[in-house]
Amino acid sequence: MTVADPTTPAPVLVHLHLNGEPTSVAVPPHWTLLELLRYGLNLTGTKQGCDKGDCGTCTVRIDGEPQLACLTLAVEVRDRHVETVEGLGVGGEPHPLQEAFARVGAAQCGFCTPGMLMSASAYLDDLSLQDAPVVRREDIAAALGGNLCRCTGYTKILQAIEEVAQSVLARQQDLATSDAEEP
Amino acid sequence: MTAAAKPENASQGRPYAVVGARHGKPDALDAMAGLAKYTDDIQLPRLLHAKILRSPHAHARIRSIDTSAAEGMEGVHAVVVGAEMPTRYGVIPWTPDEQALAADKVRYVGDAVAAVAAVSEDVAIAACKRIVVDYEVLTPLTTPEAALANPQNKIHEANKHGNITKQVQLAFGDVDAALSAADLVIEGHYEFHGSTHGALEPHCALAHVDGRGLLTVWSATQVPHYLHRELSKVLEIPTHKIRVIQPPVGGGFGGKSEPFDLEFVAAKLAMKTGRPVKCLYTREEVFLAHRGRHPFDMHYRTGFSADGKILGVDAKSILDGGAYSSFGLVTTYYSGQLLGSPYVFQSYRFNSTRVYTNKPACGPKRGHGSVQPRFAIEVQLDKAARALHIDPIALRRRNFIGENTTTINEFHIGSSGFLECLDLVETASGWKTRYGKLPRGRGLGVAGSTYISGTNYCIYPTDLPQSGVQICLDRSGRVRVFAGTSDIGQGSSTMIAVVAAEELGVHLDDVRVIAADSDLCPVDLGAYSSRVTLMAGNACLNAARELAGKVRQAVAAKWGCQKRDVILADRRAQRLDDPQVWMDITEAFVLAEIEFGTMGSTGSYQTPREDVHGDYRGGTIGASPAYSFTAHIAEVSVDEETGDVKVENIWCAHDCGRALSPVLVEGQIEGSVYMGFGETLMEHHHVMPSGLRTDGARRDTGPGKEGLLAHSSLLDYRMPTALDTPQLFAGIVEKPDPRGPFGAKEAGEGPLHSVIPAICNAIFDACGVRVDALPVTPAKILAGLRAQRTGGG
Repeated sequence: MTVADPTTPAPVLVHLHLNGEPTSVAVPPHWTLLELLRYGLNLTGTKQGCDKGDCGTCTVRIDGEPQLACLTLAVEVRDRHVETVEGLGVGGEPHPLQEAFARVGAAQCGFCTPGMLMSASAYLDDLSLQDAPVVRREDIAAALGGNLCRCTGYTKILQAIEEVAQSVLARQQDLATSDAEEP
Repeated sequence: MTAAAKPENASQGRPYAVVGARHGKPDALDAMAGLAKYTDDIQLPRLLHAKILRSPHAHARIRSIDTSAAEGMEGVHAVVVGAEMPTRYGVIPWTPDEQALAADKVRYVGDAVAAVAAVSEDVAIAACKRIVVDYEVLTPLTTPEAALANPQNKIHEANKHGNITKQVQLAFGDVDAALSAADLVIEGHYEFHGSTHGALEPHCALAHVDGRGLLTVWSATQVPHYLHRELSKVLEIPTHKIRVIQPPVGGGFGGKSEPFDLEFVAAKLAMKTGRPVKCLYTREEVFLAHRGRHPFDMHYRTGFSADGKILGVDAKSILDGGAYSSFGLVTTYYSGQLLGSPYVFQSYRFNSTRVYTNKPACGPKRGHGSVQPRFAIEVQLDKAARALHIDPIALRRRNFIGENTTTINEFHIGSSGFLECLDLVETASGWKTRYGKLPRGRGLGVAGSTYISGTNYCIYPTDLPQSGVQICLDRSGRVRVFAGTSDIGQGSSTMIAVVAAEELGVHLDDVRVIAADSDLCPVDLGAYSSRVTLMAGNACLNAARELAGKVRQAVAAKWGCQKRDVILADRRAQRLDDPQVWMDITEAFVLAEIEFGTMGSTGSYQTPREDVHGDYRGGTIGASPAYSFTAHIAEVSVDEETGDVKVENIWCAHDCGRALSPVLVEGQIEGSVYMGFGETLMEHHHVMPSGLRTDGARRDTGPGKEGLLAHSSLLDYRMPTALDTPQLFAGIVEKPDPRGPFGAKEAGEGPLHSVIPAICNAIFDACGVRVDALPVTPAKILAGLRAQRTGGG
């Protein structure tokens, strides 16, 4: 996957877990994770909007945490778990966030969407780990604080995430109730 | 299906099946899954990467360029300079003042000088650094005042009148008499600052020449057709030897609506190397490419009668154009021409002058040329309402121009839901019970506006269609639509699918829209001036109706009834008078294919032939088939200790004629309001003039700093995040216009305009401070409050 660039130092081998798959890849040591994903692995769902950590379009999850792929060196993800938008759905089914974003019109040009989805999925996972989870718009907005969108005014993005978060909580409460009813 | 309750599809005498339904975009899950391939996502074998060397000087003559060191570097495949593409071009054919790469002169910091194709971006960047350009540095002119005061220091030598790129003076009625007879004259000076589009996808172009010599250019553009024409002109290749493809675009807002250096560079380098070449802008280059909102300096005098009628408007504006013309000829007209509605001006004149300066060129940002004058007039109206003790909504109602009428500058207004827009925001905001009764520090403000749904006259003079659509359907039950339209996120492909599905009786998912590929699709002029829904929608409607007629005819023959007795809806052909008699739509398509052969049709939109413009020079510019209408109310709170303004709520109501896809229309309203909010309070495309720092404080920056961008990143250029954005209410008003498809008008630009004056009027309501020079900053609020305390305010 390397380019025939005479200025590039010799690539180094990096093992990582990429969207659940063990992956080994040779990567120039100065490459960012964003370059590795887009140019090395052709996972172009992760976007480059500024390449300097300002816009959030390259957000991926590293060991569950939303991180900017443009500010992460590829060699830093050695042995870590990296999730990109391509790994968000399961078994050909879209993730509930993807379904909700599509249904309510939360994506216009769609360029910020992969990064938004990764930040939103991290918010959802955090929410479901809380003892007394409550869905609050301001918390969702804070979770998206590093992701710029220029099309939507965030209105429908917040709406989509709120809907999914409410349904996640409702499902958890159903489970808790049915557990409690077990004799 | 009850026909009475819902609006009807007139051609089939049934309720709408698809139009007006709440749906997302049929292709949305591609973006969700990361599958949509934007230009930079396309990889080709043996791809080379191009970088552009840019001028460090705001104004300089190029004495010589030495590219030999760069050309000799390992990994460099070609270098190109301006002398190889000398033809001047411009999106407006009357003002071709740009070159793909500057050949003789650079006119702003960032002007393109040379480009390199290499095996990687790193090598291309290194090679650019080894290109030696010998400049003769000239005095930069970074403000309109300086450019007007130094006509001998011409930024463009070929320009006729010093540094004036365009001047428009038009007068309608006797303004002087009206102002002298007026009971009240409001005189105000307004400054509107520059802002930029900020689409999250940086511009990107990819070019390749195939074995037949066909040049294919993929570009993140809003105007593939204009790009096609200009590529042909500059590269001196006939248009049939060029294919332009516009992949999904990550936002435009006017920032990608003309050709840019990178498209010519990628194409030329692909021709020179025989390999595919890609050029991707950095974020800084996006700010330099700009073509954003023109800074305006405006002086307005408006005369009113005691009962609040607008008797006369006298407007004078200086437009800071930057280094090139771009759409500036049109901008200069729009600065006055689009103000003649939604209010009656009993007399009106404007005098607008656009000036070249040594800065990134300004152009069309969402609401092209009419957002700035709208700010001025709507604040003028607020001042008048205060002075005359008339409720500002009532004052606007009193001046409403009406429907099926003509503006003072002779534009035809068809449908107008402006009053309904005012009603909606008045109710939603609780205006009647809250306006004037809020505690100090909190306020409400209102404003209204209008916008075009495309222009009757296209950028280059032609009798050709402005939009073409081709539709095929076949025995699979699938509908294929080939459209030249550019989906830049606004949803034009969804709009096309809605129109086709509505007429042909299929579901949205059954329509495949193939768009913006010049080898596959008929010409559409592009995604600008809010033209697509009305024009491409009509083209699609024409084509779809022709095919639907044939399908209904074939089914009628089978059933032994009349064509008009057959309707197509919900994947069925059905008897209008007997819902029990129906067949699957696929079967109906099969019958039609047997009867008529392969099923295809074309449709086009042409400007209607009747008189559709003003009978004076410039009277075509601003003439539109249909006008949208908007009203905003903003609610703000002002912290009088810090000068901080918090926008609490914005209510917007927009008359889009007919909402073909209400979810998408709401998205356009919300996005427009957001963008207007951002430029009012947070954003400033600021280029440093001599002796001024970015914050406006006076400090000698010394020579060489003039013309530098004060912000080259999205950290410094502050676009609102989810945490900054207020609650937005998006209300749809539907006043169908007979010229729109199913009555539809525009929704993508109108809802931006009046949010800016609504916020400023709300600030005055909250604390008594008028900010007539944008952007609103805490310093300006505090200065206003200080002036109040010392009696100067």
